[in-house]
Amino acid sequence: MATKSAGTLTVDPPGAPPQPKKLGGTLYRGREGMWSWVLHRITGVAIFFFLLVHVLDTALVKVSPEAYDAVIGAYKTPIMGLGEIALVGAIGFHALNGLRIILIDFWSKGAKYQKTMFWSVIVLWVVLMAGFVPRQLMHIFGGDA
Amino acid sequence: MSETGTTTETIGSVIVPAPGSKYERYARQPKRGINLEKWGWIYMRASGVLLAVLIFGHLFVNLVAGEGVKAIDFAFVAGKWADPFWIVWDLLLLWLALIHGANGMRTLVNDYATRKGLRVVLLGLIGLATVALLVLGTLVLTTFDPCLGATPATAAAIPQCAL
Repeated sequence: MATKSAGTLTVDPPGAPPQPKKLGGTLYRGREGMWSWVLHRITGVAIFFFLLVHVLDTALVKVSPEAYDAVIGAYKTPIMGLGEIALVGAIGFHALNGLRIILIDFWSKGAKYQKTMFWSVIVLWVVLMAGFVPRQLMHIFGGDA
Repeated sequence: MSETGTTTETIGSVIVPAPGSKYERYARQPKRGINLEKWGWIYMRASGVLLAVLIFGHLFVNLVAGEGVKAIDFAFVAGKWADPFWIVWDLLLLWLALIHGANGMRTLVNDYATRKGLRVVLLGLIGLATVALLVLGTLVLTTFDPCLGATPATAAAIPQCAL
């Protein structure tokens, strides 16, 4: 045997020539653990920048009702309506995956089930979006009804 | 021992960043006082649980219930903030989310901004924006007058604005 296997992690015996590193097939790299981490960072940054703008636009209620209504009107255009779908999608993933991270950290079986929990996050996210997207499309494209 | 040009050296089985290398800032510091990184780690998880509840409530009431985003205008906000429940809800969202987001951005800057000058500038901007928006948002929420610009028609929906 050239290598000892611990799960999917291969360990070279001492003194053996180093094996070329494979990109996939490691415990973390290129797998659910890595992609959930990447998505968590991207959605987090997007939400943070929206939050900065959102506190500012809401602060317009102190300027005048007219100023607030004028600026908030921009959120009701079709393009912004689609942007809100992206925003809710980002928040939904970040929140659900955040709960997964907490379970990995504090639940004794969390690390064992991290992959299962990742796909649970995806399923719950799809259910969430299936509830939100038609409703939002109705609000932004549905006329006055 | 480290050779010229390497950034780490191995002491026993522990890899230690070489003094003066760009990885030195990751070196373990001697333990003293409060471990702020540990409390930051705990804060992200504790606030995260609360934020999950607060944000889904916020999104449901503002984007799903009633007419959704189309119904949002000054009168909608006034109707919500005439009730202290929503002022407390939004104050919690503001403080928990901004600090959660700022700490997350701090983590990313520490990870990716390897040049010290750039890192200091970015961390300063995050801190500045966060403090400014916490002050602004808190003032807006605590000094809001739901009866501002109320007409007899709109005031009817808010008891304390009865004309």
